[in-house]
Amino acid sequence: MESFSPFTAALGGSLIGLAAAVLWLGNGRIAGISGIFGQLLPPAQTVVWRLVFLVALVLGAWATSQLFPALGVGGVHPATLVPPPAAWGVPPPVWLAVAGLLIGFGTKIGNGCTSGHGVCGLARLSLRSLVAVAVFFGVAIITVTVTGIV
Amino acid sequence: MANLRPPYLITAAVSGLLFGAGLYVSQMVDPLKVLRFLDFTAIPSGCWDPSLAFVIVPAILVMFIAVRIGRRRPAPLFDVEFHEPEYKRIDTRLVGGAALFGIGWGMSGICPGPAIALIAFPPDGIWLFLAALIAGSYAGSLIVPSGRTRRLADAK
Repeated sequence: MESFSPFTAALGGSLIGLAAAVLWLGNGRIAGISGIFGQLLPPAQTVVWRLVFLVALVLGAWATSQLFPALGVGGVHPATLVPPPAAWGVPPPVWLAVAGLLIGFGTKIGNGCTSGHGVCGLARLSLRSLVAVAVFFGVAIITVTVTGIV
Repeated sequence: MANLRPPYLITAAVSGLLFGAGLYVSQMVDPLKVLRFLDFTAIPSGCWDPSLAFVIVPAILVMFIAVRIGRRRPAPLFDVEFHEPEYKRIDTRLVGGAALFGIGWGMSGICPGPAIALIAFPPDGIWLFLAALIAGSYAGSLIVPSGRTRRLADAK
């Protein structure tokens, strides 16, 4: 339980909600990262605002880490990727590549990820998003249990 | 082109900045923290980290209010319409796609937002991960029909 951080979690979550609210009321767009990102690829649609959003997202994370290091993870390298469970004997690059492929492919055909379905879809009371969220949270929990990665 | 005007692009930038700040402050950029939420086997021993729930619930509540405000307006401030997702059907692609995403998320603790935010302080392996994410998304676009008309016809 020592890692449980309800206050920064709720503050960060509110900022994410505010980000989604700004994009929705300003531009009428869903702040779904897989969608904003995926539609940069051919056949690309509206490219410029998507690039602006994604570059700003990186800058926002970076600037916050510089200005308020104590709020978040802290340190120069606040996060490392988690190595695959040793018992599986899979080299880390292979494990990472498979995970990335599944996430890219799955969010594309399922039309959304944690932000698009999870934050925006549930806020819009979308039944499709509720189903997607239940499935990806359920499957992710099963995956963590089966792989024993933590 | 409405979506090249400064107010439109500034809105996208402000939203992106807030989103990135939120991911950092909530520590959702840390894959281990996400995996500690997804590890329900830690609940009996009291080592489970419920933080992710404390991130997503306020995010949904703030966006829920924005959606209510938007419903009373004919259009967003800087575009002619709200771009509501067009699909309505709950089909194999939705469930299958969500399931595949769930496997990848459970393997890595990284969903697309944090994957991009991590570019700010790139850990070893993030570029490989992003390349795979792009390749997977592109592969998916080959089987998802392109073009608004086809998508709409398919969604009925």
